[in-house]
Amino acid sequence: MDEFLIRAVAAGIGVAVVAGPLGAFVVWRRMAFFGDTLAHSALLGIAIGLLAGFNLTIGVFAACIGVALALAGIRGRGAIAGDTMLGIISHGTLALGLVAVAFAGSAGLNLLAYLFGDILAVTAIDLIWIYGVGAIALAGLAIIWRPLLAITVHEDLAAAEGAPVKTINLTFMLVMALVVAAAMKVVGILLVAALLIIPAAAARQFARTPEQMAVIAALIGGLSVVAGLGGSLSLDTPAGPSIVVAALFGFILSLLAPNFGASKQR
Amino acid sequence: MSSLVTVRDLGFKSGPREILSHIDLTIEPGELVSLIGPNGAGKTTLIRAILGLIKPDSGSVTRSPGLSIGYMPQRLVIAPTLPLPVHRFLALGGRVSQAECRQALEEVGAEDIWGTQVSQVSGGEFQRMLLARALLRKPELLVLDEPVQAVDVGGQTELYALIGSLKDSHGCSVLMVSHDLHLVMSATDRVICINGHLCCAGHPEDVSRDPSYLNLFGERAENVALYHHHHDHHHGLDGRVLDGQAENSDSGSGHHHG
Repeated sequence: MDEFLIRAVAAGIGVAVVAGPLGAFVVWRRMAFFGDTLAHSALLGIAIGLLAGFNLTIGVFAACIGVALALAGIRGRGAIAGDTMLGIISHGTLALGLVAVAFAGSAGLNLLAYLFGDILAVTAIDLIWIYGVGAIALAGLAIIWRPLLAITVHEDLAAAEGAPVKTINLTFMLVMALVVAAAMKVVGILLVAALLIIPAAAARQFARTPEQMAVIAALIGGLSVVAGLGGSLSLDTPAGPSIVVAALFGFILSLLAPNFGASKQR
Repeated sequence: MSSLVTVRDLGFKSGPREILSHIDLTIEPGELVSLIGPNGAGKTTLIRAILGLIKPDSGSVTRSPGLSIGYMPQRLVIAPTLPLPVHRFLALGGRVSQAECRQALEEVGAEDIWGTQVSQVSGGEFQRMLLARALLRKPELLVLDEPVQAVDVGGQTELYALIGSLKDSHGCSVLMVSHDLHLVMSATDRVICINGHLCCAGHPEDVSRDPSYLNLFGERAENVALYHHHHDHHHGLDGRVLDGQAENSDSGSGHHHG
């Protein structure tokens, strides 16, 4: 196996393992659009990195964290509905990023690589970023797991029982910003949210506890990476979208699977 | 012994709208207090202020130091996307052992649903499950927001009886929101009737005869009342007292607003 392929598989699996548990929370908390918004803001980070001349990866992390903090600040405030505000920030930062990248006029910049990912070009340094950030994100998620789950079920009840709701929510948003920034390398800005929600949604059918759903989502995500990369190589299709297509097939198969969990609705 | 909770002249606004004003109440050890009032009267808002989930705009809420509260919220909908067995739901509230969870579920008579998915339990079982989670806090005060919601009438009587016996066995106080004074009347030590402001408070029999209670609950309430006073004020649609339209009042009713 070629070295670039080994790196690609390692990067993809690294991201999928974190995206699984995090994506489960995104599904439970109905935050799919929020994930999309964070991802779109990443392009703005790249543009700022180009214009200011610092490391693009750091630019992406900074933009994602900045937008996550801004969203935490404006959550549930004002006369504009939450999803409208998300839509404005989501498409606003994407458009602003596209304009700013053009303005920076960097000839060597491959815009498509950012929009749809360039997993086959992942470097050893990228791998260190992905695994470093992934480890931090997983550890953070493990620490806040129980209170985050309690808040997800009922915020007032959790608060009345003494959960530090604001701190936990903020930590969750920061973890999500980190993962989105790392996942961008694999599937690109436009498809990051797919890597969060599709494996988690597919896992729902087979899970009877929250932890089962998180682990199964990570497995489905990892399988999608391997299957997607394989398909991409043999059919000569773009790698990032092929991974998402593989996850999509996984989701459709899960709908056909016999009902393990108790997802039946009364 | 001092009061568990003391609310003094509490006011709460949502934007320009006054949800609560001039609310005073105390909860004493071992007492079962029913909070009643029509929809939109601010019952849940008052409960949230007592729990410390919202800050009042005026007045104060004082809880006795270290007071442990078991809270049962209203209308809890758990996302069907979340796979969650009942015993896991119980353990979400804090560091509790499996044995404690099992015991709490037995106390509310719902040990059968231990491993059932939360999305599949019935209305009555769901309320018992919430009650069990509140018990796991080892509460000195149980705060129950509409505990018999989505439960059929027979089940409602059972649940009220259960709450009464839990109060006795745990030696805790109970603050309970209810729509219906009839069902809670026998077990209740004190009734507080609010509609944005404090309408009346006291023993259930007295409240059921109070003109402001009768005015709020209308025909249905009159069936249990022994006699009827004229009400000394009207309420606007938002629950405020419209003093300008006060009709000839029975000054003996003892119901005045400052």
